[in-house]
Amino acid sequence: MEGGIHIPTNILYMDGVTVSFDGFKALNALSLVVAPGELRAIIGPNGAGKTTMMDVITGKLRPDTGEVFFRDSIDLTQYDEAEIANLGIGRKFQKPTVIESLRVEENLYLAMAGDRRVFSTLFARQTPQQKQRITEILDLVGLAEKTVDLAGSLSHGQKQWLEIGMLIIQEPELLLVDEPAAGMTDHETELTARLLRDISGERSVVVVEHDMEFIKALDCHVTVLHEGHQLAEGSLARVQEDERVIEVYLGR
Amino acid sequence: MSFASERNYLQDRGGAWLIALVTLTIVVVPILNLAVPPESPLHISTYTVSLLGKYLCFALLALAVDLIWGYAGILSLGHGAFFALGGYAMGMYMMRQIGDRGVYGHPELPDFMVFLNWTELPWYWYGFDSFPFALLMVLLAPGVLAFVFGWLAFRSRVTGVYFSIITQALTYAMMLAFFRNDMGFGGNNGLTDFKDILGFSLQSDGTKNALFIGSGIALIAGYLLCRYVVDSKLGRVLISVRDAESRTRFIGYRVEHYKLFVFVLSAMMAGVAGAFYVPQVGIINPGEFAPIVSIEIIIWVAVGGRGFLYGAVIGAILVNYGKTFFTGAFPEIWLFMLGGLFVVSTLFLPRGVVGLFHSLKKSLAEGRLKQEDEQTPMAEEKA
Repeated sequence: MEGGIHIPTNILYMDGVTVSFDGFKALNALSLVVAPGELRAIIGPNGAGKTTMMDVITGKLRPDTGEVFFRDSIDLTQYDEAEIANLGIGRKFQKPTVIESLRVEENLYLAMAGDRRVFSTLFARQTPQQKQRITEILDLVGLAEKTVDLAGSLSHGQKQWLEIGMLIIQEPELLLVDEPAAGMTDHETELTARLLRDISGERSVVVVEHDMEFIKALDCHVTVLHEGHQLAEGSLARVQEDERVIEVYLGR
Repeated sequence: MSFASERNYLQDRGGAWLIALVTLTIVVVPILNLAVPPESPLHISTYTVSLLGKYLCFALLALAVDLIWGYAGILSLGHGAFFALGGYAMGMYMMRQIGDRGVYGHPELPDFMVFLNWTELPWYWYGFDSFPFALLMVLLAPGVLAFVFGWLAFRSRVTGVYFSIITQALTYAMMLAFFRNDMGFGGNNGLTDFKDILGFSLQSDGTKNALFIGSGIALIAGYLLCRYVVDSKLGRVLISVRDAESRTRFIGYRVEHYKLFVFVLSAMMAGVAGAFYVPQVGIINPGEFAPIVSIEIIIWVAVGGRGFLYGAVIGAILVNYGKTFFTGAFPEIWLFMLGGLFVVSTLFLPRGVVGLFHSLKKSLAEGRLKQEDEQTPMAEEKA
């Protein structure tokens, strides 16, 4: 990757992105710009294209048309999932996906930034610094007492946090977080919002969410998607007053 | 500092038992065969030694399959092909060792080539008069096939049953090819009538015992190699691929490279197993490529317990002992039993004999823990 001092103007730049499945346009000329260090919430009814958008950014889907750039100059449509992850984009799925038959600490060890080549991995030894880093993250996401438990034994909310921990330890510049508050209690939701606020700033965070309370707690710019394109953008208060937004949400 | 290996080397009791038992067997059996007079009830016949040697080869083959199936979730229904290729490589060496002692007495050509009126050795038989070259081919022939096949399949993200089906097709195609006389591998008769290996007669008890001991050492070495792989960080990546392949990609691992590595390693281990198998049974023919052979390997692993390594070894030995016994006692029902075994283990023993043992042990231990837990409720996590 490039030298550290260069700060890009945009961490993510999407313009005119269209993806269609058998004629149905999941994304329809979508444009979205995220600045370095920004925390951004994306809302929209089901089928608005939120997950498809994440699939395009992380290389799971190729757009039919449109531009997707990371750090101003890296054309993401040219890379696959693993390459994009190594460029510095981390993704948390809607359904928490941790590696259930590995321990909590092992999940973090695998996700930790580092050499991902086959033979380096075969001969890798965990250093004290790495162990230290894993402990820090476990404290941050409140799983210190679950270190040696199997990830599959965690509660739903704990899995969400472990996955967020895996994202952080991967040290991405851009985090894509899909419905982190789904299935969490109010208390857990509040803690998650605070955690995401804390980690943005150093890195950019894009959160897709349905829960309005959660969006309010994030206290950030909101982008509303509808039928694959951007309907409105601005503060939550402003967006909520927007005529078209009200129509889309109440019309359903 | 690596918690990963600390945990398993200490906890790998099953593996320690396995190594101890195999070591004991390869020490005691040759003594009972060679040093104890045939009249003694403790004497083990040479036939039994070779039979046990065959089981050890199957165990190594099962181990190779468990490495990819149990840990990386790759269900290969064509692993018999790699086993057979290793066997053919060793068979070709032993054919060349026959020299002019064949029926036709040709100094260079194996009998079947003389029979086909061939006048010179095909180019792909060159070098097989050298033992080190043959050993290299035991690894390279299956390794290269697995590399090419795996590279194409994994790069195109062929997974699950689709992958299993094309591995079946692979081994079936290999069988058809090797059945052809003009392939130059002896057609449907295969390679046989071996005389000696490294100058030692294959008929002698000493050689048979040496091959038996060699098979045991290969099994132990294979076990340790697999154990190292699954306990390494790479082993964790494999489990991650097995449980959540797409997640693993998003963490930044090139899943296809990891699958390819472990698939090639497994194919080479299968090749070594084949190379020890052929001199002990005295023949290799295209029947080893038959799809049913590869499916049987899966049954061994399923019965023993997938994802434990030593489970595969136990399964291979149990099922093959059963096969030896029942094909002798009730030959007509063996295939039904084999099928029944697969159904029963899939329905009632999803983690095999070893898994059953583990869950019994665990439920005993949990019963004890539960009582303690009820006294100290779990602490709520803080953030």
